Amino acid sequence: MNWEAFWLTVRLAAIVSTLLIAIGIPIAYWLTYSRWRWKFLIEAAVALPIVLPPTVLGFYVLVALGSRSPLGRWWESLTGHTLAFTFEGLVIGSLLYSLPFAVQPFAASFGAVDRKLLGASASLGHSPVQTFRRIVLPLSKGGLVTGFALSFAHTLGEFGVVLMVGGNIPGVTRTISIDIYDQVQTANYSSANQTALVLLIISFVVLSVVYGLNRRPWVVAPWR
Amino acid sequence: MAVRIAPAPPSALAASATPISSELEVRIRKRFPNPEGSFNLNVHFRALAGFTIVFGASGAGKTTLLDCIAGLSDPDEGRIAVGGEDLYDSEKKRNVAAWKRRIGYVHQDLALFPHLTAAENVAYGLRALSTAERQMRSRDMLQAFRIDHLRDRRPAQISGGERQRVALARALVTEPRALLLDEPLVALDRPTKSLLVGDLRQWNQHHRVPILFVTHNGEEVFALGDEVIMLDAGRIVAQGQPHEVMHAPRLETVAHLSGFENIFDATVLALHEDRGTMTCQLIGGEVELETPLVRAEVGSRLRVGVRAGDLLLATENPRGLSARNILPGTIRRLEQRDVMVSAMVDCAGTEFEVHLTLAARDALQLSPGKDVWVVVKTHSCHLMGM
Repeated sequence: MNWEAFWLTVRLAAIVSTLLIAIGIPIAYWLTYSRWRWKFLIEAAVALPIVLPPTVLGFYVLVALGSRSPLGRWWESLTGHTLAFTFEGLVIGSLLYSLPFAVQPFAASFGAVDRKLLGASASLGHSPVQTFRRIVLPLSKGGLVTGFALSFAHTLGEFGVVLMVGGNIPGVTRTISIDIYDQVQTANYSSANQTALVLLIISFVVLSVVYGLNRRPWVVAPWR
Repeated sequence: MAVRIAPAPPSALAASATPISSELEVRIRKRFPNPEGSFNLNVHFRALAGFTIVFGASGAGKTTLLDCIAGLSDPDEGRIAVGGEDLYDSEKKRNVAAWKRRIGYVHQDLALFPHLTAAENVAYGLRALSTAERQMRSRDMLQAFRIDHLRDRRPAQISGGERQRVALARALVTEPRALLLDEPLVALDRPTKSLLVGDLRQWNQHHRVPILFVTHNGEEVFALGDEVIMLDAGRIVAQGQPHEVMHAPRLETVAHLSGFENIFDATVLALHEDRGTMTCQLIGGEVELETPLVRAEVGSRLRVGVRAGDLLLATENPRGLSARNILPGTIRRLEQRDVMVSAMVDCAGTEFEVHLTLAARDALQLSPGKDVWVVVKTHSCHLMGM
């Protein structure tokens, strides 16, 4: 069992899913309430990582982070090294990769809040942002927990994007799934088996928590 | 100004420098969808301080109207002003956001915040105030509406009537410039209704803001109304005092909607608590009716509504009937409407409308000038407050 890779992966997943709460909520808010006619294009773009092969996504992220792209050059001028093959680069790739797993549950739960409550809040003098904070967010707890847990679990197990963007640098970008791949490559099956089992159990526990909480609405939202 | 259903202290009254001009003016047009296609809401009216009943069948455009005034929906064109301030004016391209309008709105299904307690719901609209002030005001309001004991319960944990009170208290505590109530009494039993109406009346005595009260229940019109606006298919078909509007004989829709072709003002003459009835004298005539007993004092005024289809006509003074009211009268007019005959009968100065079948008219050989007896069952008399 490679504990270095294990903790690196947990750290990556925790950072990514936390950042996705901050990034995903505004995106989900916009997707829920915008009346822009081309909104569906953005919805499709957000959902892309679900169907796109991770290598394709990873390839584009790698190019975008590289020293030939504006983003890569900007980062290089700032820090002196490129984003590719670093932990930060891994975070960026994972954010994109797990984005729909956060945004979609968020948007679904925002959309499920009765619009009449929003009207009532407005009539009581609350601006849309205040209404969102005091009514929509508290009533969307279930969706927020689901989005956080799904993006955490999804990041834990990512392989293709990590390999493309991060490479395989021990302690920096070698995640648990890449470690398993390495062990299998070197015919170290018992170690691969051990690591794979750990990943399997964690993923199962996380998903069980999500479905357990959502099984009866009042467990997450006792007022309903 | 303290929000109490007790009189405001005189100092607070004197301190308000703004002139009291809480008139609501609405002149709007809007297309709105309806189960039977789409209608044009096209209304123009003023509502002064006090109750204005917006009365009409479902689909008449009542809720669309309220949504436009509250700012939750935009009219196609027109103007909405409260207290002289434009909230919406299509010519001036002015459209104040709903949350800046300070118009209280109680939705038909109340829209209480399910994750907040009753007290938190009531305090919700007071966000600009300090915590202490907010708590004091919401507590006063909870007490005034007799729901203080429910303060820590969530909407799902209290009864329908209590929820209604919380919703009203939540809207009133913000001291809105106008109040919109969308069928707030629907689904309440009668005693709960009249209690709530009493609370609302009392509140309004000290606040004097225009209250638009939407209903499709004819009885509520009489219980509350200073002024009635009757809406049908998006248009105002009648406007005025409840008695004028609801009794206006020209308006088929009015009689149809209210369900009471006969509406009379009456004075309570005597209570017969042992029999569960009371005697009422109809004003403007000499007719006395025995009606069901309600909580009223001798000498108090109320309204009696009787459906024309609930009345019987007899050509001889009937005997051995269970009905308590048998009134001699004379037929003034007979009108045939489709397969029904409407007879207008004068009974000692009071005119009753009675609906008969064609066969009954022919069998009794009814004609104008004929002497008849009108039979009114006690429980056909529906009493309404004034």
